[in-house]
Amino acid sequence: MFAVKGLKKTFGNNTVLKSIDMQVDKGKVIAILGPSGSGKTTLLRCLNALEIPDEGIVGFEDHQVDFSQKVKQQSLIQLRRKSGMVFQSYNLFPHRTVLENIMEGPVQVQKRDKKTVREEAIELLDKVGLKDKKDLYPYQLSGGQQQRVGIARALAIKPELMLFDEPTSALDPELIGEVLRVMRDLADEGWTMVVVTHEIKFAQEIADEVIFIDGGVIVEQGAPAEVLSNPKEERTQRFLHRILNPTD
Amino acid sequence: MLTNNMVLGGIVIPWELMQQSFWPILIEGIKVTIPLTLISFFIGMIIALITALVRISKIKPLKWIFNIYVSAIRGTPLLVQLFIIFYLLPELNVTLDPYPTAIIAFSLNVGAYASEIIRASILSVPKGQWEAGYTIGMSYRKTLFRVILPQALRVSVPPLSNSFIGLVKETSLASQILVTELFRKSQQIGATNLDQIVYIYILAAFIYWIICFILSLAQHQLERRLDRYTVR
Ligand SMILES: Nc1ncnc2c1ncn2[C@@H]1O[C@H](COP(=O)(O)OP(=O)(O)OP(=O)(O)O)[C@@H](O)[C@H]1O
Ligand SMILES: [Mg+2]
Repeated sequence: MFAVKGLKKTFGNNTVLKSIDMQVDKGKVIAILGPSGSGKTTLLRCLNALEIPDEGIVGFEDHQVDFSQKVKQQSLIQLRRKSGMVFQSYNLFPHRTVLENIMEGPVQVQKRDKKTVREEAIELLDKVGLKDKKDLYPYQLSGGQQQRVGIARALAIKPELMLFDEPTSALDPELIGEVLRVMRDLADEGWTMVVVTHEIKFAQEIADEVIFIDGGVIVEQGAPAEVLSNPKEERTQRFLHRILNPTD
Repeated sequence: MLTNNMVLGGIVIPWELMQQSFWPILIEGIKVTIPLTLISFFIGMIIALITALVRISKIKPLKWIFNIYVSAIRGTPLLVQLFIIFYLLPELNVTLDPYPTAIIAFSLNVGAYASEIIRASILSVPKGQWEAGYTIGMSYRKTLFRVILPQALRVSVPPLSNSFIGLVKETSLASQILVTELFRKSQQIGATNLDQIVYIYILAAFIYWIICFILSLAQHQLERRLDRYTVR
């Protein structure tokens, strides 16, 4: 459904992604793991053209963008409209209420009927457990609540693919669970998701496939049972050991 | 005559003259100074917004023209700008009264300064807000107008209010190109009462002060209202 071929990204003379190929099948959840600075965020941002790759083909079956050539702005916008993104730092619109945040995309971009969108938005809020917060402003919410609104906002445009960049890493430990629960529900509902995360246990539970990247390449990929419980590559083993035994 | 004057520590204050002059000066303030300020500020804000948007854009030649405009206005005295426009228009065969001439000069001046304020507040909106707009499918324009500008304008309200209050006082320079506003009226009254001219100027200062004081109260109200979207 969604695929990446020969993706390359350089910042100055720092080659962050060397050559990435990946495929995301409909309804699958892919977890991306890797050490800090390995290029996880950059990869995810390349998937919806927030970062413009130097080379490579990114896209859905019916809309592919080849970054080796000059790309039209409209083509990028088209690509972005097919995926929803959830940020580490939420990035809610502070000047709009919770409900307005969620309705903004469907109403302003997709030009859909306001009344229908409103009903859908309230349903989405119900799904993330924040129906009673619809008229509040983002600053009146906790981090976990803001992130759940962030998820609802991304879902509202009815994307084919949901992208998550460490959605819980800015949260206090006691708030992580509520966000992970919402994500697990989405996985169960059959959403196609790519999730960058440091939550190994969570990845193990919800991912259909785990990708471990380091040094700009995919070091290892496969079912979570293989990659996480029984890694073949030494770099993966070291990374997992470090993250599971932080005091060693 | 002495009975109508107030004596304070040896200084004789011409009370009656000040009372007589208060209304004529205030009326010029209300009739000329305040509209001059409002109209110039309004046009200036439009110029400022356009200038700021061009300067953050990537439209090269246009960007340079606006950069030069801002630099020239900021690098020259307002009084000189006023004189140049006053004498330039007839050269270009444009006949305009002093009042609209002053509006042109003040609008261009406030436009340049306010564009810097607006530009800085646009740049102060976190990059994540642009990205949030893009990820829900918005174009650059849409993100700018729906996401960035509402936040930026809110940030720029306090400095823009300061510009506005500053402009009230700067309009006194219009007296130099023969606009009979608050200050020129005081000069005219002072000219017929040369012995007491200082008291007329003190009166003028007092009236400016009242106007600015009222405006600063309004500024506080406005800022309080806008605060409800942000954590303090
Ligand atoms: N906009 C940018 N300009 C220059 N260098 C960048 C930029 N964004 C990322 N980098 C560099 O690219 C590399 C990968 O960064 P990236 O944020 O993708 O890593 P990450 O795997 O997400 O790390 P973390 O786990 O800390 O979030 C780093 O060396 C970083 O310094
Ligand atoms: Mg990252």
